[in-house]
Amino acid sequence: MEPLLRVEGLHKSFGSLDVLMGVDLALMRGHKIAIIGPSGCGKSTLLRCINYMETPNRGHIHLDGELFGEKQTNGGYARMTEKELAVQRAQIGMVFQGFYLWPHLNARDNVAIAPQKVRGMSKTQADELADAMLDKVHMSHKADEFPERLSGGQQQRVAIARALAQEPKLMLFDEPTSALDPELIGEVLKVIHELADEGRSMVLVTHEIQFARDVADWVIFMGDGVIVEEGPPDQVLGAPKNDRLRGFLNQIVEH
Amino acid sequence: MEAFLQKIYTLGGPLLLGAVTTVEITVLSFIAAVVIGLLFALLKLGAPRPFVWLINIYVEVFRNTPVLAQVFIIYFGLAYSGIKVASLSAAIIGLGLNGGAVLTEVFRAGLSAIHRGQREAALSVGMTPWTSIRFIILPQTWRITLPPIGNYAIALLKDTAVVSAIAAPEIMFYARNLVTSTFETTYIYILAALLYFALSFPLARLVDHFEKRQRAWQ
Repeated sequence: MEPLLRVEGLHKSFGSLDVLMGVDLALMRGHKIAIIGPSGCGKSTLLRCINYMETPNRGHIHLDGELFGEKQTNGGYARMTEKELAVQRAQIGMVFQGFYLWPHLNARDNVAIAPQKVRGMSKTQADELADAMLDKVHMSHKADEFPERLSGGQQQRVAIARALAQEPKLMLFDEPTSALDPELIGEVLKVIHELADEGRSMVLVTHEIQFARDVADWVIFMGDGVIVEEGPPDQVLGAPKNDRLRGFLNQIVEH
Repeated sequence: MEAFLQKIYTLGGPLLLGAVTTVEITVLSFIAAVVIGLLFALLKLGAPRPFVWLINIYVEVFRNTPVLAQVFIIYFGLAYSGIKVASLSAAIIGLGLNGGAVLTEVFRAGLSAIHRGQREAALSVGMTPWTSIRFIILPQTWRITLPPIGNYAIALLKDTAVVSAIAAPEIMFYARNLVTSTFETTYIYILAALLYFALSFPLARLVDHFEKRQRAWQ
């Protein structure tokens, strides 16, 4: 069976700094991959390459059987135009560490604007969709609030609703709870857990090891731009083989 | 008393006529400055290098020379090279280009104050770069740039006085003409100053009002 997401031989460098040095992964429809690793290991860059927020230097992404971000030309590959890329990006929802809600729009409009401006929905349709998505993340009661009036956890839940409104084939979570106060992490993880239970396909970069264990079908441990160890969560997190992974897990548990 | 009112009446008439032109020059050169400033600030974000250099040269030249010299060069320089421009047009072109340079920097600063995550979030939901600028970036830029743009507009209204030097028929032009014909120097300039105040004060209040309203949804 064709995987929903296929990443092949991904390389990315910033100037002379090599961040990704040959990463391959495949995600089946409805599955969840958790990516863990120390900061600077390239896990966020990998995620950002998947939706072409960063353009990889080498390697290819396939989403749902289609080449992503590039077009095949005679004998090679060429980056898509921004317009073509936008159409493809709409298929992938992304949740950022820093939320990035749009401060000039209230919660409902944050969720409704892309359905309107990208998919051409009417205002009424888009608002209905937004209210349904806000309900999913338990934020209906704050639909009229502006982001500044919301806590970090609430902002992140609205940001998740915004991504859901795209009706994406795949959700990317880039350390969604790392910027949150400890007491707010739970509400966000709960929402992500509920989405996982719906059978959504996800790639999660996270520092929440227990959460990764609960949610993911597959765990990838990255170090220095490559995959160091991967496998089912019980194996990777329960019986790690690699020394660096063992060290990393010990460090996280201690904290 | 009657003589005083009579004096105000004869002096005020031409000055009011000039005030109409002052407003006209202010509004048109303000529009030109906003269009130029916004366009160039956006181009500086994404245009090829040579364009950016040209914009930078334009900004530095107009920021670092007196607007009076710019207006003279446009008016007499163009006439010298065979292009006849009316003094009113030269005034609007000069003040518009000058303001364009000021507002290019204002908008650039406003745009760069917006976190890149704002744009990335917009791209991630499938917006094109232009859609993200139009609906996500620019609305936030207005909020940041409104106070400096408002202050620029107030300064511009008063700076239009310099174009009397090329005989654009605004308040100060009429004022000087009246001085030479009536010698009522003090009266005339006080009246002229009052006229500027009457135009500028409501504008300043309007800017304050917008600023407060914008702050409401912060």
